[in-house]
Amino acid sequence: MSLSHADCVLLLGGVGVASLTLYAVMGGADYGGGFWDLLATGPRKDEQRKTIEKAIGPIWEANHVWLILIVVLLFSCFPRAFYTASIALHIPLTLLLFGIVLRGSAFTFRTYDSEKDEVQKRWGRIFAISSTITPVMLGTIVGAISGGHIITKGDFFSVYLSPWLRPFPIAVGFFALMLFAYLAAVYLTADTKEPLLQNDFRLRAYITQAITAALALTVYLLARDGAPDLWHDMHIMSPIYVGTFIAAVATVVFLATRRFAIARFCAAAQVAFILWGWALAQYPYIIRPSQTIFNSASHIATLELVLMALAAGGLLLFPSFFFLYHVFKIKRTTSSMPGDKLKEQQS
Amino acid sequence: MHDLLIARCQMGMSLAFHIIFAAIGIALPLMMSIAEWLWLKTGDNVYEELAKRWSKGAAILFAVGAVSGTVLSFELGLLWPGFMDFAGEIIGMPFALEGFAFFTEAIFLGIYLYGWKLVPKPVHLFAGLVVAASGAASALFVIFANGWMNTPTGFDLIDGKAINIDPIKAMFNPAGLPEAVHMLLAAYAATAFVVAGIHATLLLKAKDNIFHRRALAIALALGGATAILQPLSGDLLAQLTAQLQPVKLAAMEAHFDTTKGASLNIGGITDVKAGKLNYAIEIPMMLSVLAHHDPNAEVKGLNDFERSDWPNINIVHLSFDLMVGCGVAMMLVSLWAAGYYVKTRKLLDSDIFLKSIAVVSPMGFIAIEAGWMVTECGRQPWIIQNVMRVSHSVTPMPGLGVSATLFTLLYLALALIVIFIVFRQIGHSPIIHEGEQKQ
Repeated sequence: MSLSHADCVLLLGGVGVASLTLYAVMGGADYGGGFWDLLATGPRKDEQRKTIEKAIGPIWEANHVWLILIVVLLFSCFPRAFYTASIALHIPLTLLLFGIVLRGSAFTFRTYDSEKDEVQKRWGRIFAISSTITPVMLGTIVGAISGGHIITKGDFFSVYLSPWLRPFPIAVGFFALMLFAYLAAVYLTADTKEPLLQNDFRLRAYITQAITAALALTVYLLARDGAPDLWHDMHIMSPIYVGTFIAAVATVVFLATRRFAIARFCAAAQVAFILWGWALAQYPYIIRPSQTIFNSASHIATLELVLMALAAGGLLLFPSFFFLYHVFKIKRTTSSMPGDKLKEQQS
Repeated sequence: MHDLLIARCQMGMSLAFHIIFAAIGIALPLMMSIAEWLWLKTGDNVYEELAKRWSKGAAILFAVGAVSGTVLSFELGLLWPGFMDFAGEIIGMPFALEGFAFFTEAIFLGIYLYGWKLVPKPVHLFAGLVVAASGAASALFVIFANGWMNTPTGFDLIDGKAINIDPIKAMFNPAGLPEAVHMLLAAYAATAFVVAGIHATLLLKAKDNIFHRRALAIALALGGATAILQPLSGDLLAQLTAQLQPVKLAAMEAHFDTTKGASLNIGGITDVKAGKLNYAIEIPMMLSVLAHHDPNAEVKGLNDFERSDWPNINIVHLSFDLMVGCGVAMMLVSLWAAGYYVKTRKLLDSDIFLKSIAVVSPMGFIAIEAGWMVTECGRQPWIIQNVMRVSHSVTPMPGLGVSATLFTLLYLALALIVIFIVFRQIGHSPIIHEGEQKQ
């Protein structure tokens, strides 16, 4: 079997979108967890935080690797697009990196610091704040590559600020934050057996679902002027938008009837549909208005090899991921917290 | 400061920071797995405790390594977009493979850290071994890419464009594997020596604490073996450098005139304008022996090359000497412990030895940092040897000083916090005497 250059490009573009989807539905919820840590309130504030920590502790690092895979795919298969994004989005990418570094290190410091004192609380605060800022930057970057204002030559403002510092990308940034917060809230209902805690998270899921809907409309309206080419390519009634709507309603229904495990899948599907809707409208562009998956692609020798590496890597990766999620999301129901374990060991 | 120099500083600082966590992320999982294996084999729960303690250290340091590694993958583009535009399709392949190695590392570390009670014991040990193996594989792939920057292969350069691209040939470039072996050995030796130093210091206070005795034994076995093997790997690399990057080798030795029977220069200060090295200790013919295994072999000097192609001689030469010096000290201490063990079958625990270990313990990491200074500064002014200049690949983004300053402050803060937390952990280490452990 031999694939043409265009076949390889399409396949790799598909892998890119799939990786982005997995990053959003898996890694996105880890950021959302941090957001809810920041906003933990009410009589069960501490229990909320503990549930969040327990839910993301074993998996966030593995989930984070999807982002690395996306970057690596971009620079090995679509180097011209990586070049363009790296220059024009230097500032938001740098801010994103700050968020990533602070979130990851602060979360780990909080989990593993031996003494549960004021210092340790501070890591929690940093973790929560950086978990909130990072998704906004991620969404802003996605908005910027869709907006059509990216250039690599010109004055400072038009190259380095104007592509992302405008209403549309920033609205996409907040949309991403709310989607991740929504995902986390829905997932967390299934991460605890405590009915009152489930209610806490369910309420948060309802609220963010409503905000998400409002923001989706805002983003759509802003796209008309802020991302005119993308707007032109969005077909509002295409099946994918219908799918998004059905998944959104189904999530609410399953939450209301306390079928949290199924609600979790519906919420993930909702976010996946939103991303695919965006990806289809964005096709064939990676970065509007200049870089498509075709004109930025590498030589076919590289594309074929990366596809083979992805196939081989996938054979290793998916069973491993399944095992990880099986151990911590399906099998673990009543086991102790990592924090408790630490206390146990210390005493 | 010039933006190019700032970009180099930011990249260098990011690499220097990341390499410490990356090296620990390779070696500490192996050590915790060895401890766990000994626990399963002997039933001695001191080893279990040790595996758990080390795994906590691995967890903290791995997380910082993971996020600082993410920064680097983006910085390749943020700082050197011209390089990535050219090199992405040629050398992206090992990075893609590294991505998968990183995936398995993160997945199985999650299982290892949080799964003590959730998975069967052999599965748990297996998870630890997968973490150790994927850490080593990650290093291998990333260093293949660095090797390519030093000895680029797998493409033809026509009018500044790469054609006939062969990513496999690029990945298996001549410098890649020897460099990777050198770095892997360094990672094991450096990490094991730091761990040995910590436990040796604690043993000095209480020699009958078998927790620290067992820890020291494992750390010395790994660190000693790798420190003794390291000079062989270095020798291979030196010969390769003499052949493929003669300018770098000449800079490493501050060797100006092409001569037969060249002498090895230790230390000294280079006067670049005058083209000579002052105040150095010279060992006759030694450079020819090391570079070509022949005391009369000719070694090319810097004067054979354009001055505009020279790296900074002082930095490269002194870093090289620092690396070798540290490596030799570690090897000598290792031979001392190994000699004692072979004679008596016992762990050497005299005060003078424990103190020596403590003194030598940071040298592995000093050697790693110095060694990368040699590799990276020694390749200057090229980002891809003889293909692309660093100055042609740097981003047009102005005001890089801002991001460089912010990253420096961030990493400085993280370094201090990590040290603080690790010391708090060490402060809680257990006291177990012979006979007190549960079998």
